[in-house]
Amino acid sequence: MDAMTMDTPAILPAMAESGRKMAMPRAVPAALKPAAGAGAALQAPTGGGATPGDAGKAGLAAASERAEKLRAFLKAVLPPLIGFGVFIGIWYLATLKASGLPGPVQTWKAASVLFADPFYSNGPNDQGIGWNVLSSLKRVAVGFGFAALAGIPLGFILGRFAFMSAMINPLISLLRPVSPLAWLPIGLLVFQKADPAATWTIFICSIWPMIINTAVGVQRVPQDYLNVARVLALPEWQVMTRILFPAVLPYMLTGIRLSIGTAWLVIVAAEMLTGGVGIGFWVWDEWNNLKVEHIIIAIFVIGIVGLLLEQFLVMLAKRFTYENT
Amino acid sequence: MEKFVTVEKVGQTFDTKKGKFVALRDIDLSIAQGEFVTLIGHSGCGKSTLLNLIAGLTQPSIGVLLCDGREIGGPGPERAVVFQNHSLLPWLTSFENVHLAVERVFGAKEGKAKLRDRTHAALELVGLTPAAHKYPHEISGGMKQRVGIARALSMQPKVLLMDEPFGALDALTRARLQDELMKICDATKATTVMVTHDVDEAVLLSDRIVMMTNGPAATIGEVLKVELPRPRNRLDLAHDARYIDYRAAVLEFLYDKQAGHKLAA
Repeated sequence: MDAMTMDTPAILPAMAESGRKMAMPRAVPAALKPAAGAGAALQAPTGGGATPGDAGKAGLAAASERAEKLRAFLKAVLPPLIGFGVFIGIWYLATLKASGLPGPVQTWKAASVLFADPFYSNGPNDQGIGWNVLSSLKRVAVGFGFAALAGIPLGFILGRFAFMSAMINPLISLLRPVSPLAWLPIGLLVFQKADPAATWTIFICSIWPMIINTAVGVQRVPQDYLNVARVLALPEWQVMTRILFPAVLPYMLTGIRLSIGTAWLVIVAAEMLTGGVGIGFWVWDEWNNLKVEHIIIAIFVIGIVGLLLEQFLVMLAKRFTYENT
Repeated sequence: MEKFVTVEKVGQTFDTKKGKFVALRDIDLSIAQGEFVTLIGHSGCGKSTLLNLIAGLTQPSIGVLLCDGREIGGPGPERAVVFQNHSLLPWLTSFENVHLAVERVFGAKEGKAKLRDRTHAALELVGLTPAAHKYPHEISGGMKQRVGIARALSMQPKVLLMDEPFGALDALTRARLQDELMKICDATKATTVMVTHDVDEAVLLSDRIVMMTNGPAATIGEVLKVELPRPRNRLDLAHDARYIDYRAAVLEFLYDKQAGHKLAA
């Protein structure tokens, strides 16, 4: 105890000082903060007139905390910024010589024109990039929605009944590795139109992760929870709503995340084949127009939209994942 | 002594990859209303298997189990179980976990306000009113186990079954919960069957201690009647000659007569 009260005041100013210079190793303040607080508390009764010193210390502590926050912020932001910087640099150097490929500056200029009016519409074959992205998202949403409607109940059935699982699993194993684009002609044949055929490929690629993850989730519901249900003699629908559904939800959300990720990959290819309005078609159209800078912009837009979808679903999954301890 | 729970010539055999495994054989046991019985034995002796049979979670291979004159055909809220690992639903608060049970048992006959009162009463019984709206991951192991006990008691079961309820807790928390459990059992006159491997816990809590032989094919070795007056106080008992004798008898059974298991392990 004594050693601590003697040590901490000596360390504290030094710590705050180095904190202001921002040269302090990151682990030190976290380790010392509680000790410093305890030191101040223990000192107050013994050292009678320590008030001005304490106030000064508090100020220094606040300063060091601000420095700490700034450092954490820089540590989070700096490496990605450098990464992007290096990427753009390499891109710039690579496009100095190769004539066909537009460089960062050219792309930026094209982008500012493009995003000045993303929602224009000059007929079905000439629409703003905003409309193209939205119609791709709509196809993904519809295809995925149907996949969820079919896949989640099917996953529950497969997870709950071993017979159904043994019956359907080989079929899923066979069909899952098939590129969803192989199903596109079937969709064209059945629906006789390009638009529902593209949605159909999204349905096909989304449904597998939904079924599989839901089924795994149902199978992994801890026996303890089911025993609770049995002791309480819960009716089957309450077992579903109060026990199975919440227990399976995190797995289902993983399925949704994988599905949407794949769907967003597939939609670009599907739209290249089917045409109409959509970001995939737009990429192909701009290739025909030889506006390569627009293709590069599209690549970024597709990436950003995919990232946002992913982040949103991760957030959703966090909200519904229960710590089980 | 009126029989309330009866286990008659019960045996339990499991089918495994290596063939049949006889877990329990020739179990005969009757428990009176309001009695506190502990099942004690080395691990793997089938204590939990027997408890699960009384709970109705598993069915015996041979023999029959009765509760209040009726054959036990499956699990039900009249035989509430406190599980070894608390088994609270992590997406429900303490209140909601208990309320789920209350709603199930009394929901058909009683109004919402009454159900809430019952839930609060059960949580108060185990001293958890302040943690009612916390989720299981926000409270300590001892508190979780208390919610599990509150959930079981809230159903006003005919029999309270406890599977090593304090096994995962530290010694101090365990002692406090044992004292609480004694008070609750004295107050509610609950018929209780508890699985334990803790000799002191068995002697402190029980009216009778059922000592089981080692598996496979485990059965009841000896039954010890603990005739210590209630309410019991652990400090007074520590120097009580009868307590020391009971304790010695159980220890002797476990570590002398049934020592083979320990050596083999």
